[in-house]
Amino acid sequence: MKLTKLLASTAIGAAVAFGASAASAKELTVVSWGGAYTKSQVEAYHKPYIAKTGVKIKSEDYNGGIAEIKAQVEAGNVTWDIVDVELSDAIRACDEGLLETIDHSALPAGADGTPAKDDFLAGTLYDCAVANIVWSTIFAYDSSKMANGPKTMADFFDVAKFPGKRGLRKGAKVNLEFALIADGVAAKDVYGVLATPEGVDRAFKKLDTIKKDVVWWEAGAQPPQMLADGEVAMTTAYNGRIFNAVAGEGKPFEIVWDGQVWDLDLWVIPKGAKNKDTAMDFLKFSTATEQLAKQASYISYGPARKSSAPLVGKYDGKDIDMGPQMPTNPANLANAVQNNFEFWADNADQLNERFNAWLAK
Amino acid sequence: MSDAAMGMNQAANSGASSGPLIAADGIPLKQKLAKTTRRMKIQAFMLTVPLVLFLLVSFVLPIGQMLYRSVHNPTGSNVMPNFAVAIKDWDGQGLPSEEIFEVFVKDMTAAKKNREVGKTIGNLATRVNYEIPGSRSLFTKTARKTKNITEGPYKEALFAIDKRWDSPQLWLTLQRVTNDYTIAFYLAATDRKFDEKGNIVLADELYQIYLPILWKTIWLSALITGLCFIIAYPVAYLLSTLPLRTSNLLMILVLLPFWTSLLVRTSAWIAMLQTEGIINNVFVYLGFISDENRIQMIYNMTGTVISMVHILLPFMILPLYSVMKTIPPSYMRAARSMGASGTYAFTKVYFPQTIPGIAAGTLLVFILAIGYYITPALVGGSDGLLISNLIADHIKKTLNWSLGAALGTILLVVVLIFYWLYNKLVGVDNLKFG
Repeated sequence: MKLTKLLASTAIGAAVAFGASAASAKELTVVSWGGAYTKSQVEAYHKPYIAKTGVKIKSEDYNGGIAEIKAQVEAGNVTWDIVDVELSDAIRACDEGLLETIDHSALPAGADGTPAKDDFLAGTLYDCAVANIVWSTIFAYDSSKMANGPKTMADFFDVAKFPGKRGLRKGAKVNLEFALIADGVAAKDVYGVLATPEGVDRAFKKLDTIKKDVVWWEAGAQPPQMLADGEVAMTTAYNGRIFNAVAGEGKPFEIVWDGQVWDLDLWVIPKGAKNKDTAMDFLKFSTATEQLAKQASYISYGPARKSSAPLVGKYDGKDIDMGPQMPTNPANLANAVQNNFEFWADNADQLNERFNAWLAK
Repeated sequence: MSDAAMGMNQAANSGASSGPLIAADGIPLKQKLAKTTRRMKIQAFMLTVPLVLFLLVSFVLPIGQMLYRSVHNPTGSNVMPNFAVAIKDWDGQGLPSEEIFEVFVKDMTAAKKNREVGKTIGNLATRVNYEIPGSRSLFTKTARKTKNITEGPYKEALFAIDKRWDSPQLWLTLQRVTNDYTIAFYLAATDRKFDEKGNIVLADELYQIYLPILWKTIWLSALITGLCFIIAYPVAYLLSTLPLRTSNLLMILVLLPFWTSLLVRTSAWIAMLQTEGIINNVFVYLGFISDENRIQMIYNMTGTVISMVHILLPFMILPLYSVMKTIPPSYMRAARSMGASGTYAFTKVYFPQTIPGIAAGTLLVFILAIGYYITPALVGGSDGLLISNLIADHIKKTLNWSLGAALGTILLVVVLIFYWLYNKLVGVDNLKFG
């Protein structure tokens, strides 16, 4: 591809010209999901890091996915230094050579002295990614409008018993899991069932039952807004967004943990990032015991380190214990599914195609 | 008279009988003239160079690259260069030979170590996964183990890692995938695929998406164009016939939204149309509908049509207005004075003269609508999505750029076909934008 090369070389030329000045000023572009989530990171990671090192941090928002990373790496002009991504995206980007590999032995030991590789929860360290939080997709409703609210995932799909619009994220992922759980599949069997054509049919059939009542959302900030506006009676959402609407803005929302699908968010460094070393330093700093614990006091996402858990206290100066709000709280895990990144890496393209076809009918 | 002209005159006089005309410096006049016009042509061309370069860089190259990307995908041969050569001439019967398996295993071991963008096992796995969904993990998993295979038989060793390698369909797909040029993305873009034997078949009905959405995009664009025309015609007529003071005020009402950001206008429609929005609230207040039965007017096709008609309306009003403005009111008066009824005068005298404006407006609105993206993405919800939203999805989310490029090319061809049809029916010379 001559053109790509030409574009790449121009981009590199420009990068070299600009890079010289950027390197001396020590800047870092940190990319995350925006809203309450980015705010928690700014409080827990960015501010202390700026105070400690004097590095200028530029915070950017995005809506997930690895398209921007891929475009930047392929053009040879990587402007993002460190990015907060979902697990399946981290794995795929790493597989495709878009990310820097990360040396786990360089990560700081826990506050209690446990080496990093034992301190991080099982399955949170990857070749190119280090997890910071455990988050979850749950569903929530407005308790001021529904006195005797839904209790289970089956209730979410029961429009006869609980009339009203439903909010769902636009895409196959998580919705198919929810549909199967609501249809009576045990949490541990969800991906086994979904791996069969009959299982997929079954999930779509269940989604059919509420299709005409669904309002689709895409950005994480939408569902609490739709709930507050009364646009929907209940909606799936990221648990931290609902928690922040409740704790921060006093909204009367209630989270239903039954059937929650939990997942990880991880830091990755795009290959060829301009401030790679600073990014690595920031990564080490932000995933230390204290910082992870601190983030958890701003938003209800569970820290990826064991040593952080005991340090998690109350919500940002208010008398709300964060422990019970975490996806990893045992009571909340009673009927929970861990997102299976391998299943989605294999099947996302096909299932999203079917999902789009289903949606358009 | 200058010397040169004198010379020319002399030459003309003397050359009347003998051969070509000669200029004062002895060069034939014809050559001299050609030289001058050539210089002028070059000068004229130089003036257009910035524009030509701009078109080249911003239109021709990207579109060319898109066309190329839709048929050219070198992932397979980038990741497995030796295997790509080895399997090229395989006859496709049963499984490939042991030698090909050996090359495959060695290429896979080498590719596993490669961290270069576009040349990793992950890239190949993604590419094959487009054709055989669910096969991605087969590649990533196998690649972790092939370095332990140091000697033959390679076929059995591969089957021992995973039984799925014992599949003729997989090897046929690999043969196709390692060929840099492919029509696979055009097949996918028209809801077709290769079956186990390599024949082209329609995709399962549940997975058919692109053609239905393309048809929907075309008829929705036609609907939006039609609605725009119906609304714009009287508005443009008023604009062109009312006294200046009123028509200026009216013009501002048309132009203000036109100058407002697209996102603001779309968001305004969300505020108006949502179930808890202004229109529904007014209806409930007036008792037209009950509180439980609020009308769903947004996040569906209705929402897309309403907001797109509003957003594209000025593109219809303005060409119509500029054409109507040039029609002297005396024509209509003349027709009426000769006894034509109002309707007759309108259909026979006024309307035909507005056709160039109608042609320009409908073409403009239709072509804008068929590629529209932001508004349907924001208010389209489930059934109001258009083909460009799917293209954006493949460019931004699934990262299947080749499929995005194939869909983009199809959209381009559709627009060109409509343009050609339009030219046949109306004639592009009849367009009048102002």
